[in-house]
Amino acid sequence: MNVTMKLMATSCLTLTATMAFADGHMADEMTIVSWGGAYSASQKNAYHDPYSEKTGVKIINDESSSEAVAKLRAMNEAGNVTWDVVDVVASDAIRLCDEGLAMEIDADTQLADGDDGSKASDDFGDLLVSDCFIPQIVYSTTVGYRTDLVGDTPPTSICALFDTDTYPGKRSLEKQPIGNLEWALICDGVAKEDVYDVLETEEGQAQAFAKLDTIKDSAIWWSAGADTPQLLADGEVIMGSTYNGRLFALIEEQKQPVAMLWDAQVFDLDGWIIPTGLSPERQARALDYIMFATDTQRLADQAKYISYGPARKSSAPLVGKHATLGIEMAPHMPTDPNNAKNTFLYNYEWWADYRDDLDAKFQAWLSK
Amino acid sequence: MTSTDGAFVAFDRVQKSYDGETLVVKDLNLSMPKGEFLTMLGPSGSGKTTCLMMLAGFETATHGDITLDGVSINNIPPHKRGIGMVFQNYALFPHMSVAENLSFPLEVRKIGKSAREEKVMRALDMVQMGDFAGRRPAQLSGGQQQRIALARALVFEPELVLMDEPLGALDKQLRETLQFEITNLAHELGITTVYVTHDQTEALTMSDRVAVFDDGRIQQLAPPDELYEQPENSFVAQFIGENNTLEGVVQEIKGNTCIVKLDSGDIIDAVPVNVNNVGDRTKVSIRPERVEFNRERLHDDAHTLKAEVLEFIYMGDIFRTRLRVAGTDEFVIKTRNAPDQERLKPGQMIEIGWLPQDCRALDA
Amino acid sequence: MSEPVIAADGRPLKASLNRALRRQKMRALALIAPLLIFILVSFVMPIADMLFRSVENEIVSETLPRTVAALDAWDAGSGETPDEDVFNALYTDMALAVEYKSHTRLGSRLNYETTGIASLFRKSGRRVGKFDTDVYTKAFQDADPRYADPQQWVAWMADDSIRAKLPMTTSAYDDWAKMIVEAENDVPSEEEPWDFVYSALYNDAVSGAELPVSVDVSGITPVSLRTAFGDIDDKWLNPNVWRTIKTYSPRYTDGYFLNSVDLMKGAEGVEARPENEQIYITLFIRTMIMSLSIMGMCVLLGYPIAWLLANLKDRTANLLMILVLLPFWTSLLVRTSAWKVLLQQQGVINDILVWIGIVADDNRLELINNQTGTIIAMTHILLPFMILPLYSVMKTIPPSYLRAAKSLGATNWTAFWRVYFPQSVPGIGAGCILVFILAIGYYITPELVGGTKGVFISNRIAYHISSSLNWGLAAALGTILLTIVMVLYWVYDKIVGIDNVKLGG
Ligand SMILES: Nc1ncnc2c1ncn2[C@@H]1O[C@H](COP(=O)(O)OP(=O)(O)OP(=O)(O)O)[C@@H](O)[C@H]1O
Ligand SMILES: [Mg+2]
Repeated sequence: MNVTMKLMATSCLTLTATMAFADGHMADEMTIVSWGGAYSASQKNAYHDPYSEKTGVKIINDESSSEAVAKLRAMNEAGNVTWDVVDVVASDAIRLCDEGLAMEIDADTQLADGDDGSKASDDFGDLLVSDCFIPQIVYSTTVGYRTDLVGDTPPTSICALFDTDTYPGKRSLEKQPIGNLEWALICDGVAKEDVYDVLETEEGQAQAFAKLDTIKDSAIWWSAGADTPQLLADGEVIMGSTYNGRLFALIEEQKQPVAMLWDAQVFDLDGWIIPTGLSPERQARALDYIMFATDTQRLADQAKYISYGPARKSSAPLVGKHATLGIEMAPHMPTDPNNAKNTFLYNYEWWADYRDDLDAKFQAWLSK
Repeated sequence: MTSTDGAFVAFDRVQKSYDGETLVVKDLNLSMPKGEFLTMLGPSGSGKTTCLMMLAGFETATHGDITLDGVSINNIPPHKRGIGMVFQNYALFPHMSVAENLSFPLEVRKIGKSAREEKVMRALDMVQMGDFAGRRPAQLSGGQQQRIALARALVFEPELVLMDEPLGALDKQLRETLQFEITNLAHELGITTVYVTHDQTEALTMSDRVAVFDDGRIQQLAPPDELYEQPENSFVAQFIGENNTLEGVVQEIKGNTCIVKLDSGDIIDAVPVNVNNVGDRTKVSIRPERVEFNRERLHDDAHTLKAEVLEFIYMGDIFRTRLRVAGTDEFVIKTRNAPDQERLKPGQMIEIGWLPQDCRALDA
Repeated sequence: MSEPVIAADGRPLKASLNRALRRQKMRALALIAPLLIFILVSFVMPIADMLFRSVENEIVSETLPRTVAALDAWDAGSGETPDEDVFNALYTDMALAVEYKSHTRLGSRLNYETTGIASLFRKSGRRVGKFDTDVYTKAFQDADPRYADPQQWVAWMADDSIRAKLPMTTSAYDDWAKMIVEAENDVPSEEEPWDFVYSALYNDAVSGAELPVSVDVSGITPVSLRTAFGDIDDKWLNPNVWRTIKTYSPRYTDGYFLNSVDLMKGAEGVEARPENEQIYITLFIRTMIMSLSIMGMCVLLGYPIAWLLANLKDRTANLLMILVLLPFWTSLLVRTSAWKVLLQQQGVINDILVWIGIVADDNRLELINNQTGTIIAMTHILLPFMILPLYSVMKTIPPSYLRAAKSLGATNWTAFWRVYFPQSVPGIGAGCILVFILAIGYYITPELVGGTKGVFISNRIAYHISSSLNWGLAAALGTILLTIVMVLYWVYDKIVGIDNVKLGG
């Protein structure tokens, strides 16, 4: 055997060994994908650390949720899925489920029962919007405004967004049709329950865009969750939409002169999916993690670190104080009765159908 | 200064420093009549290019005045000086053809197209490159590029041409041909030329006068023969041509000869050039071809030295013999290869001498 | 013609030379093999994959093979819903697809073309197993128990004469058996066929085929699958949905490309999209114009800087170089925040302008969240790509050229313009190509500072890759972009000459 042969043999061995190692991380490691920042931190505190303590499994945090859908599809096509559990918003979960990229979960057998003895499917209730989706939190997209710029008449209704006479100045809105079109219709006199029926028609869409036209010149469109808080803090905008957790941090942690307008907040869900194509052992462990991390206590725990509402009904009574600020968290939850007087539930099924179409129209409208 | 009166180009007490700490050119005085071919010769870093650049206007003199045809040019920008220049690396514009390169100076002078073409062709013919008008510089050989550079410097008929080591990159034979062509052209056209080189043969063969530079100063400014035969200091003696140096102390000066006692104890005759007092240390310089070892051809009263032959080198037209003389092993003599010329053998002991006027006692 | 020259070994010289050269070439090839493989794997294959994806459309005919075949007979222009045959085929296809979980994928695919199909397929997938077709199953099994025997079915389906008589049943059974093995991990010889197989058997029988064990089918009340599908959602009765399926049934489609240029396949061939959906042409044009402006800004700003760099003393030049490279080293977020702080209406620049009094406080300039913002930020980021090639080319232009020009009588400007500038053109060319190509592919910065009018076509590509998962459209857009770049490159080559591009000495 000459030297080259030996060299080749060794490198082959090393390669196989590394590959075995790469695959072998499953033994006591799992990769959980999430959004990063304060959100991932809250999950680490509430779920990952207790789970690791309990099972000895090491959890690797990957902050790729914003591109999870595309990456999962690419991994699936390459036949090498390296993620074990992925945190996605509900609409992405639906897409992943449709694409066969997320595995279906049977809530009653694969998720823990509620502390109050209710079945998981009842405890989560309507929030199980897809067969593949395990809800975790309820968050909302709502509007924050500068208390020092609105004068003596702070806004009380979502339609303040469209009222540039009373509230002149820029407002920041998310650069996507979802939420904006609904608000536009509501403020154009459409009843809340009719919104999606109206939006299904060409005329309804035109009506929504026409309403948005009235504030197009004073709108700044954001695509990163941190934008609106920054714009509010800099006084660039008088009001703007963003996630309620971001506004909580801006108001309670950074003490900015900003207040929240809970009116017509759009509820959205964030939760877990388990990718398809995992080996049986990895899948079993992912399921075990999900069972643990979405039980009543764990979901309530997360609310100590971030102001998003737990997805289980049974968790609500257990929500306590913020871990560092020490303030009672319940009043800051989007689901708190005081905040949820007028809410708007995002219609997933509907948007799954209309998103492509309306997105094209929205982009065309934006660039005109 | 009277010396600059009527001169075409004059440097008057010019100094130059790049960094404000060291003077690269120290107190340069030089005046050239119209039509002269003057060469600046000197070792690397001695300030030749700097002088040329000051004259061309790319560097300003730190002190002193440069005049061209009696007019101070310190404040005339380069493009108005009307000086032709040939650069060390030719500096032919690579994106232009040969003809375009040549017509460039004419274009910027707003000369009409037909006149331009005619002048370009004439200049090309002058350097025998008429067939290459359409080529790019990169398609020419080094010698051809050199010719074009020359033609370009001459095409707008400047009165003064500066050349900075124009032949540095060429082989010996080509260099010799071009040296000849350049001098011919310069004389034919009556152009005043300042030529920079550090090749002494080139300097000697081409120039009317040579300025030997060292350490930012002109060490000697003289016609070639004078420079070779009557170097004014030991730097010039050593720098120009081959030279034997013996060190010693002046023992006696009488008129235009002196007696030097060498460090080895031997006594020799020499012409006192820049020794003034008895007891001064001196370097005595003798050209190898002026050393005689045939006793019969020497004066009876000439001082002679004993020498041992170390090496005999046959060089075709001449013989070069290395000797051990007065404590040095590097003493060289050159003899013509004539039928009756004796070929010395290593180990042979001989006696050498020279005419007193060929032996110059210079500064130590 | 002269005799071929013979080499020392007696072969023709040409052959010897070729042989020697071939050996050399093989050796060279072996040396560059790793690079070649790398390029192939990491560049050529993805591009080929992209080109393929932009036309690939196998999912429809693979998921609904029978339906696609049955639709052949249907006239899309008729305005009528297809007949029962098509729904029978759809039933079998759908029942199989649900097991493979491919119906929702197909649904999302077709939803790109006609809104609503995604939920239609999702919904139908859930309900298709609950159709009343079990009446056929029961009828056959009641008529003869052999119809309930898996072994018997295997035997029948192995018999070529029976297969020939029962085409629909055979096809349904074969795919069912395949599915049982692949999706359910079972064996057909132990499983009773599913309803859709009996449904196919019934359809064969009705069309007059001889059954292996004769059964009187006239007594069975037929189940209208058309009605059944219509009950799930009346969209199934909408010819438009069927037209979409039929239009996109070929294995390859130009639909993505049509979509990319704001066209679509309408009822009468290719037609323009409704105006409120036209976006891509605008974006392509905008991308080109803005990339060119960015390139122009980079030349304007980069040239003097590169010139300074090439002509300053080394130490100063190094310092300046660090400043030039700074955008490379700062993270995107820091850079973007910096731009926001500077450019926004309450930002530093506006504050200064207001303070000086150039602009009124209530009329501050909009420098960000529009095209200005994108151009400023992108110029900043891409400037090094212009400066570096320019610098390295300028570094190789000896100062003696400028001196020569001046000594020949040229003014500073003439010397620069006629002598220096032409020699720096290769650097400009290289810089422009780099900046332009990078600019048209950039999407993060435009997304962050471009507002609505400052975004590029690449933003849409990124959206379709990562959010809508419409990779076919993304691929088509990418292919068009690639083609545009190549055409521009070709034009550039024709005008300037690609040999005139230099990245350095
Ligand atoms: N631009 C400059 N900045 C600083 N110092 C310089 C510059 N140009 C030349 N010098 C210094 O000035 C001195 C004289 O340089 P110069 O180029 O005149 O020499 P030279 O006689 O032409 O030498 P060579 O025969 O090598 O061309 C050298 O010591 C050189 O280092
Ligand atoms: Mg020099």
